[in-house]
Amino acid sequence: MLEVTGLAVAYGGIRAVKGITFHVNAGELVALIGANGAGKTSTLKALARQLPAAGSLRYEGRELAELAPHELIRAGIALVPEGRGVFARLTVEENLDMGAYSLSGRAGRQALARGLERAYALMPRLKERRAQLAGTLSGGEQQMLAIARALMGEPRLLLLDEPSMGLAPLMVQKVFEVIREVRAAGVTVLLVEQNARLALQAADRGYVLESGEVTLADDAPRLLADPRVRAAYLGE
Amino acid sequence: MAAAPASAAGRAPVSAPIPARVWVAYAGLALLLALLPWLVGGVLGLGNAWLRTLNFAVLYVMLALGLNIVVGFAGLLDLGYIAFYAVGAYMYALLASPHFGLHLPAWAILPAGAALAGLFGVILGAPTLRLRGDYLAIVTLGFGEIVRIFLNNLNAPVNITNGPQGVSGIDPLAFFGVSLAKPVVVAGITLLPLAATYYVFLLLALGVVFVTLRLENSRIGRAWVAIREDEVAAKACGIDTRNIKLLAFAMGASFGGVAGGLFAGFQAFVSPESFSLMESVMVLCMVVLGGMGHIPGVILGAVLLSLLPEAFRYAAVPVQKYLFGHVVVDPESLRMLLFGLALILVMLYRPAGLWPSPLRKRELKRSGP
Repeated sequence: MLEVTGLAVAYGGIRAVKGITFHVNAGELVALIGANGAGKTSTLKALARQLPAAGSLRYEGRELAELAPHELIRAGIALVPEGRGVFARLTVEENLDMGAYSLSGRAGRQALARGLERAYALMPRLKERRAQLAGTLSGGEQQMLAIARALMGEPRLLLLDEPSMGLAPLMVQKVFEVIREVRAAGVTVLLVEQNARLALQAADRGYVLESGEVTLADDAPRLLADPRVRAAYLGE
Repeated sequence: MAAAPASAAGRAPVSAPIPARVWVAYAGLALLLALLPWLVGGVLGLGNAWLRTLNFAVLYVMLALGLNIVVGFAGLLDLGYIAFYAVGAYMYALLASPHFGLHLPAWAILPAGAALAGLFGVILGAPTLRLRGDYLAIVTLGFGEIVRIFLNNLNAPVNITNGPQGVSGIDPLAFFGVSLAKPVVVAGITLLPLAATYYVFLLLALGVVFVTLRLENSRIGRAWVAIREDEVAAKACGIDTRNIKLLAFAMGASFGGVAGGLFAGFQAFVSPESFSLMESVMVLCMVVLGGMGHIPGVILGAVLLSLLPEAFRYAAVPVQKYLFGHVVVDPESLRMLLFGLALILVMLYRPAGLWPSPLRKRELKRSGP
């Protein structure tokens, strides 16, 4: 579904991502793990067309470079940005409405109704707080909302940037439950995460990023068992 | 003032009938607006100076609502907004005055001025798309000054704007052959020029209120708010942030352009002095003080900030004479002092503005101390 070859991102003279290659198959949950500054978020931002990048990014047979950032959602790619990026001064339901912005007309209205129902079924907390301003939600609820909003556009590929960041452990568990359910519903997920254990437990396959390069790539259970991963990322 | 709630009521869903007392309030407000010239001129005996002030207040309502689109809805801080007012005003001044010997009709110039101002909005917006907050403020400030300085200096080698002397002898506003410079007779009632102008301004201001209310609840309005809240997320939602931002600049500017044209026709004289940075700041204060992004609040801010300073000015001399026997502080400086004081007090005690939108108020209460 997604084929990344030789992706490189540079900020001024600093090369954050140094020509990495990876792929995501349809229906998979793939995790990119690594420490701070390894280039995970830069990779995801490049995929979301929010950063200029070199290399080939092929999605369903077409180059992502042909699309403007706002056209991605219509092409089936949704981004949950780092730090969640909910619209703080809009209500929960207005946030979800915005997620369906790309859908218009009659079909759009149906999709919106469908999406709201799905979102509230998946995350009942959001339904309770539908009229509340998003900025007043807890961190975990905001993360849920950001994921729910991204799903409103009915994407086939979901890009998740550090969903566990700054959340209480219990909330992290809940967020990962949601991610698993999203994947079970047939959405392909590319997950960027510092919490290697949780990410690899949820993922099918994983890539380990170090200083802008892929150092390990394998099935998630094998990576979890890998002594190098255990030493560097699982604190054992 | 009545316009915002009145139109809002018109949009209310059929399922929720509006209580009778609300209708009564709107009707009362409409009546007040309709009778205002008589109240000011006749009953209160305040005379023509106050009628002029009233007309300016209506112009400021249009300006503030235009700026509110950029600052309040889209969250783009613009300190050069008065440049668009200037563009509209000079458009009218140059196309309907002895300066070039052109005397085009107002119905043609006003939309053209709005369009030109809108174009200027895009010209300002395009290079500043990546900027936010203070950086954007500095660029817009520069833009406003550039426009003013151009107007000041475009009298040589070819005299276009007549430089610092400005353009005088501008044709008065006239619609359908009826000039607002002479008394207008409507249904047997004779309206003096200032009152007739008031009604025309009021009508156009109501139009602006209507358009902004519709915009606020449209797809475009929601896209503006999304950009204000988080640009990356807005893009991810499928919003073409570039075009939507340019649209905010263009729409806001075009309202400024209309107000500028009306200003030129009303004053019969324009000069670069009228379009200083202070004016931009004043309009911004109206938006912020009233309640950024909340249309009734912005209208309130515009009305208060255009009427109160005048009231200070009139009251300053008699009050000082009464208290001290002579004038201690020049009324003009006192006016700015009190104005500054009022700003500080409002920002300290009502940070969201005098009349913020209900949701925003709720939010500030929650996150506040």
